[in-house]
Amino acid sequence: MGIVTPGFEGRPRAGAPNLPPGQYLTPDFPVLSAGPTPKVPRETWEFVISTETGMEYRWSWDEMMALPQEAPTVDIHCVTRWSKLGTTWQGVSLDTLLDGIDTVADYALAHSYGGYSSNLPLGDLRDGRAWLVHTYDGGDLPAEHGGPARLLVPHLYFWKSAKWVRGIRLMSEDSPGFWETAGYHDYGDPWREQRYQGD
Amino acid sequence: MTALPYVDGNMLDGPLGEVFAVDLSTATGRCAHCGTASPVAGLRVYSHAPGLVARCPTCVEVMLRLVRAPDRAWLDLRGATFLRFPMPPERTLIR
Ligand SMILES: [Zn+2]
Repeated sequence: MGIVTPGFEGRPRAGAPNLPPGQYLTPDFPVLSAGPTPKVPRETWEFVISTETGMEYRWSWDEMMALPQEAPTVDIHCVTRWSKLGTTWQGVSLDTLLDGIDTVADYALAHSYGGYSSNLPLGDLRDGRAWLVHTYDGGDLPAEHGGPARLLVPHLYFWKSAKWVRGIRLMSEDSPGFWETAGYHDYGDPWREQRYQGD
Repeated sequence: MTALPYVDGNMLDGPLGEVFAVDLSTATGRCAHCGTASPVAGLRVYSHAPGLVARCPTCVEVMLRLVRAPDRAWLDLRGATFLRFPMPPERTLIR
């Protein structure tokens, strides 16, 4: 690999960067989509967290923007084998959104405008590892990349970071999402190369 | 209007030909969501994705998904109530 990408965090990244197994580095941001791009106006956008007991917690766009904002810089890894380093985002930590929500659920299903979904353990949305992001690289998150807002869970393969996310269902039992019902791994850790079921 | 990033169902011939022994280029599928029967060649296939997603041209719901791992494949047809294939005339069976 001859590509040299200076790390945004100041880490030296000369030569071959430390990529998960089977991944290659791309300077682009490929657009992947399983369907048409939904058009979601901010005026009607909402984000809903529902619990295993049926409680619902809702945020309008303005309410979400009024929450404490964070600006994570993270590496992202797509299961189609591209990785992109040092991507910069702005949004709300899932810790902030989950704060005060009464739940003993172990699992979460992110669901999106347009019908997409992806499951992950609720614990992976906590501890500063997941965000609801609305800004990419200093500008509004473009619709083709999941705007107005998407999930960002960079320690898992990027299909878990649901575009056009509308809400998260907290559940006692695991429930596979769009790609997880069609052969992809339930957890999807890029460092253990968990691409497909059985990996 | 921006162009939607899909291609027509003719692109499924190769990937599905790995799975099926029949020719799918002339098959018809019925959408489980809206009930429309469409030629497989007329489905809207989203291929810039972790798998192939073929959607009904009428209601745009998912009819077929194909995920190809190096040594395995998953075919999900829950969005189609049938696939119909033209077949050669059945010959009289002699027992
Ligand atoms: Zn249909």
